[in-house]
Parts: sequence; C-alpha cells; structure tokens
Amino acid sequence: MSKTNLQAYWKENLRYLLILLLIWFAVSYGAGILFADALNSVRIGGFKLGFWFAQQGSIYVFVVLIFVYVWLMNKLDEKYDVHEK
Amino acid sequence: MSVQTWTFILVGFSFAIYIGIAIWSRAGSTKEFYVAGGGVPPIANGMATAADWMSAASFISMAGLISFMGYDGAVYLMGWTGGYVLLALLLAPYLRKFGKFTVPDFIGERYYSQTARVVAVVCALFVSFTYIAGQMRGVGIVFSRFLEVPINLGVVIGMAIVFIYAVLGGMKGITYTQVAQYCVLIFAFLVPAIFISLQMTGNPIPQLGFGGTLSDGTYLLDKLDGLNQELGFAQYTVGSKPMIDVFCITAALMVGTAGLPHVIVRFFTVPRVKDARSSAGWALLFIAILYTTAPAVAAFARTNMIQSVAEVNFDKLPPWVNNWAETGLITMEDKNGDGAVQYVADKEANEFTPDRDIMVLANPEIANLPNWVVALVAAGGLAAALSTAAGLLLVISSAISHDLLKNAINPEISERGELLAARIAAGVAVVLAGLLGIYPPGFVAQVVAFAFGLAASSFFPAIILGVFDKRTNKQGAIAGMITGILFTAVYILYFKFINPAASTPDHWLFGISPEGIGTIGMALNLIVTIAVSRMTPAPPERIQHLAEDIRIPRGAGGAQAH
Repeated sequence: MSKTNLQAYWKENLRYLLILLLIWFAVSYGAGILFADALNSVRIGGFKLGFWFAQQGSIYVFVVLIFVYVWLMNKLDEKYDVHEK
Repeated sequence: MSVQTWTFILVGFSFAIYIGIAIWSRAGSTKEFYVAGGGVPPIANGMATAADWMSAASFISMAGLISFMGYDGAVYLMGWTGGYVLLALLLAPYLRKFGKFTVPDFIGERYYSQTARVVAVVCALFVSFTYIAGQMRGVGIVFSRFLEVPINLGVVIGMAIVFIYAVLGGMKGITYTQVAQYCVLIFAFLVPAIFISLQMTGNPIPQLGFGGTLSDGTYLLDKLDGLNQELGFAQYTVGSKPMIDVFCITAALMVGTAGLPHVIVRFFTVPRVKDARSSAGWALLFIAILYTTAPAVAAFARTNMIQSVAEVNFDKLPPWVNNWAETGLITMEDKNGDGAVQYVADKEANEFTPDRDIMVLANPEIANLPNWVVALVAAGGLAAALSTAAGLLLVISSAISHDLLKNAINPEISERGELLAARIAAGVAVVLAGLLGIYPPGFVAQVVAFAFGLAASSFFPAIILGVFDKRTNKQGAIAGMITGILFTAVYILYFKFINPAASTPDHWLFGISPEGIGTIGMALNLIVTIAVSRMTPAPPERIQHLAEDIRIPRGAGGAQAH
C-alpha cells in the first residue's frame, strides 16, 4: 500500500474516532454529569432525563457506538483494500 | 425442596459443567495456553470477556452500593462500561494486529526497552493480585452463606475448581468455561430482577419498570425520592458528591478498565482485527444487560426495604430481616425504646443498619420468590467470582512465564519448558490467591481504587501513544509511566493509609477523591510522555515502521511467539 494511501486511510479513521468519541463524551460526561441537573427538569415517563442518561441511556449509546464503529471500519478497510482476507 | 438442597443441586451442576469443559479444552501449546490459539469466535470472546470482567463485586455488591448512593452510583455504571468504547476504538484492533501475547509484550516491543517491559510486568502483577484477593473472598462468602460451610473451606473448594481448569486449560479452558459462566450469572441476575419488576410495577422488563408506576399510581422513582427525603436522606435521583469528583471517578474507572491487563489480553484471542473490534461490541452488549438491570434492582430493593422496615414494630418485621440479622449483616437496636424501627439518615437516631451486599443476596427473599431462585443467585455469584479469578490468574502466570522468564531472563527456554513454567506459575498463583482470600488484608476494598488508578495512570497512556503517536519514544514512555504511577500511588497511599482522617473534600486536590485521582495521574503521564519524547531522539526506524504497520488490519496472522 502506498504512503499517501495509508495516510488517507488513517486520516479517515481518525475522523471517525473523533466524531464517535465526541458522542461518547456528550452522553456520559455531558448529559449524565455536567448537564444532568439541567436535563433533570425534562421527564420521560418516570425518569428525570439527566438521571436516565447517567444510569441507563449512556450505556445503551456506548453499545451502539461500538457497533457503528465496526460497521464504518469494515467499509473503510474495503475501500482502501486493507481488509483481511 | 429447601434452599440448601436447591443450592447444592445448582452449584454442583454448574461446577460439573465447568470441569467438563476444562477436560475437553486442554491446552497443548503456549499459544493455546496464553491466547487460546487465537481462534476464538468474536461472540464467544465477547461472552467470555463479559464474564471475565463482571466480578463478585459487579454481581453481589454493585446494585446494593447504588441503592445507597442513588444518582452517584452512576460513577460505577458509566465508569465500568464506557471504558469498552475506548478499548474498541483506541486499543483492541491495534493490539490484535501487533499480535503478541501480553500487555508487557507490547510495551517492551514498542518502546524497545527491557526497563519498560519490567515496569509493565510489575504493574500487571500488582493490579491482578489486588483484584484476585477480593474474588476468592467472594467465593468463600457465597459458600458460607448458602451452603453453611466455613468461609475458609469455601475458599479452598473455589481454589480447587479454578486450579483444575486454569492450570489444565490455560486461556483456552478459561475462555470456554467463562462462556458457560456468563450464561449462569446473567440468568441468575435477571430471573429475580424480572420477578420483582413484575411484582412492583407490572412490567416484566426491569429497565422499563425502573421508570414505571407502582400499584398506587405514583412513579417508582418519585416515590423513592419522597421516601428518601422523609427519612432525611438526599433525594435518590440527585447526587450528593461534588460534580468534579463524579467526573474524575467516572473517568478513572473508564480509563482504568481500558488499561486492565486481564481485559486487554482477551482481544489477542480472536482470529482477525475485525473480530477484535466486534468482540468488544459483543462484550459490552453482554455487560450492558447486567449493568442496565442493576440500577433498576437497586431502586426496587431500596423501595422494598424502606417500606418493609420503616416505622414497623420490631416484632412484626418480615422473616428475612431476622434471617439476615442472625448472620450479622443487619444490625438493629431500639434506641428510643418506642418498639418500632426508625430507619433514618441521622446516625444518632438510626436503629437499622443493613450491609449493602445483602441487597442482591436477600432480594429474592424480600420479594418472596421461590427457593430455586434464591439458590440460583448463589450459583450466579460463584460463576461471577470464579470467572474473574481465572482470567486474572492467567495474566499472572503469563507475566511470570512469558514476560519475565522467556523474554527477560532465559530467551532460550523451550516451548515445553515455557508451558510447564506457565502451569506452575498459575498453580502457585492460585494458592497465593487462596491465602489472600483466607487471610484477607484489611485493606482489600481500598486497594481496588489502587488497581484502577494504577491501570489508568500507567498502561493506558503508554498504549494509546504507542499506537497514535509515532514520535513517542522509550524515554518519554518510561518517564510518563513512572510519573503517573508515583503521583497516583502517593496520593492514594497518603489519603487511604497514612492520614485517612484528612480524607475529606477540603483536603483533596481540587476536591478529587483518591478513587478519582487516576484521572489526574493519567493526564500527567500523557503530558510528561509527550514532552520528554519531543526533547529526546526519535525512536529507531524499525519502531516507526512497526507503529505504522499496526494501523492497517491486513496481515494480522495468529499471535506469534518471538
């Protein structure tokens, strides 16, 4: 694989990581901790929203994030032809 | 049938399965012993990782802890799951491509230094022994409460079982036993949770019942907020820890998770880089099933407990209270002599003190569930403790036979010699772990903060920078690891052991507790590593090639011996 190709692959990978980690930070440290008090004024059923993110929602998002990452990377590997045979 | 008969049947049956698997999956080579031959399918690896990760503490203690902490319990829920996102995105695929057996392998190779390797081995051993002492103790406690054998005999039985499948099967035996153990522990956790959710909220799914309404039409969480306030406790859904501390503890636990050697090593066992990515996803999915149920169990248990004891006459208490009072895990005293239980936040007036661990163990009794469910919880607790202990034993034995003996002391050792050494090391480690369980050092609980703090402040930055920054060299990595460990260790030692009286938010650095200080240690490590690397010569050409090569998936063969 050529040097420029490798760099392009790595750059796209880093962009995915940045976006996914921003979401990771936003649901846990953001919604679950820093803004939990503010979000608690919103209610979904019996849950205050900030509390829900801290004890439930962030965990669901974490699971989804990993599977999205797997899907994105499998596509990226194929695009740059670096996937495993 | 009595609870005890059921317990003997269920525990005996599950143990027979574990031993059967061990005999079927004996390890014939070091590669099978260390990384199960590198051929574990990703879903199976995800299940094994989940069982490996969820210890006696997750199964028995966590829900109880949350039920007394309310919102603040979120530090454990987010902290012990969020680390898997970091693992999947930042570590697992690259370490799999690197393709060796252990974490010290990576550190030693990437930083072309025996010193770095030895620092990593010492950290791995310390973290693993800290952890395993607690597991063996957990095995002993479950045995003594449910089967009425002495705690020490329970520890010895647990040791014997782990000895058989860890020494015989190595990683291969451990992995497939853990798959079975996951099934046992998750079933045992969910069955009572579903029953109780149905009873209290009419919804069979605990995660939804958590936000549902009780028979009187009020929301469970509103009811609990009200009950807590009446008794003088903080509202359940609002925290009482300072925000910065919640932030730092969560971060230290997340990063610590991603730096724990017994978790990382699991990603060496799958065939391909793409399997390493997806097995992290499966692992977290399987973990999330328990971790989203636990806070619901916590809220159900607390509501049930308050309603069945507060202001109830001592002679009208339900039978489970007296059963557990006999074991010393509930203490009661009628201080004001009015004949009724006052369960209140004020310590002077409080008359009812439950141990937090009984919230999960007594839950089936509190909810009047059938005897087989009570027995199931015992089998589940044992599965959780044994699976974690086995995973840790493997890290200890490979650190000794592979990292120290083979790579640092005697590189000429034969394959058979190394395999024998690994088995002996695992055997000795089982015995040591058992001794720690029988004679627990008084500070086991405190030391857990240590394990996570050290993993966060030592391994994590060294691995991340090793992958993402080609310019990081050995001087930087060693200086960073030593700074991170020293800072974190001194802070925890000071507040936990030297001057525990001063451990209050006023004295803490920026109000961060010893549990959360690993976050600062990690930040210091990152800064020092980057700064020192930039001031010293770049790593050799060969290492820069290695750092580039691990970025692309293609060409990841099986894990290679040197």
